[in-house]
Amino acid sequence: MNLFVTSLRMPALLLGASLVMAATVHATTLDSVQADKSKMGFSFKQMGVAMDGHFAKFSATLNFDPAKPEQAKASIEVDLASIDTGSGEADQEVVGKAWFNTVAFPKAVFVAKQVKLIAPNQYEVLGSLSIKGRSRDVKSTIKLSAQGKSSVLSGSFTLQRADFAIGEGMWSKFDVVANDIQVNFQLTAFNAATGK
Amino acid sequence: MNPHYTATAKGLHWLMALLIFGLLALGFYMADLPLSPEKLQYFSGHKWAGVTVFLLVWLRLAWRVTHRPPAYPLAMTGMQQLLAHAGHFALYGLMVIIPLSGWLMSSAKGVQTVWFGVLPLPDLLPRDKALGKQLAELHSALNIGLLVLLGVHTAAALLHHLVLKDDILRRILPVRFQPKP
Repeated sequence: MNLFVTSLRMPALLLGASLVMAATVHATTLDSVQADKSKMGFSFKQMGVAMDGHFAKFSATLNFDPAKPEQAKASIEVDLASIDTGSGEADQEVVGKAWFNTVAFPKAVFVAKQVKLIAPNQYEVLGSLSIKGRSRDVKSTIKLSAQGKSSVLSGSFTLQRADFAIGEGMWSKFDVVANDIQVNFQLTAFNAATGK
Repeated sequence: MNPHYTATAKGLHWLMALLIFGLLALGFYMADLPLSPEKLQYFSGHKWAGVTVFLLVWLRLAWRVTHRPPAYPLAMTGMQQLLAHAGHFALYGLMVIIPLSGWLMSSAKGVQTVWFGVLPLPDLLPRDKALGKQLAELHSALNIGLLVLLGVHTAAALLHHLVLKDDILRRILPVRFQPKP
């Protein structure tokens, strides 16, 4: 009798376990980011034209257990001089004083303050973004998905460049370069101990 | 044979002349400016006007094909008439090819052309920095060719009017300058 009950329960347990697995993609604490499989991009409007670019160099530290989002820790540092706007002329311009002033402020730093599960595999992250000596809170919805053995965290948020004095002086009006800048990111993360 | 061009042909000729001279002047001026909001505005304006020329030239070609222009003066030899036709053919060709090369250059440089900031034109090429640079050189070379050809075009018109004293220039001018039939 006991044996019979156990054999009935087993498939149910297995089914339950696999549902939990599917819901959290990988039931593992993500603590490492694979830089060459991660992206940090941005887009904006320039006189009605959609423009985009990316940063080649950035690093992220992460400790994120999808089952315990409230305990998550995450920070991202972007090397602003590694910008690629698609035009050499613009790349040279935006590292200058009026824009990022990378000599004085080489990095943009994001530190997560609060992570909440809002839907299966979707998290709301509130954090502090610091650029050019100015900090603002930003909120982003992040999707967790599986890609091979690793997990991918992807999301986007919009910042107002004026909040960070990105584009001062003759660039401070928004008729040519819009105030809204969409930042989009994709981090490939894994657990260093298990490799997934 | 009507000795002068139709009002539509005249209107298109002078409207495009105005646009093209403006585009040439702005184009050569803005190309080497240091980056500034004004430079980006000049580039946008140049692209909008360039697209306008590209649209107008098709209208003009359609009109040209359906409306026979006045014949050349009998005093012109067969060779001179052939050269005149070849010159006009080259001008029409450049009016098509130059805006097209600018459009391709914009695509390759990753800055889509959005006509008057409202109507996006499809990008004809994927982003490619090296190709963008080559197309910029091509765009510039074609425009130098256009400048030379426009110099010849203007010189020929003045030669006909002032030296040969025929009706070539007058027939493209407004009605009050019309040659008497």
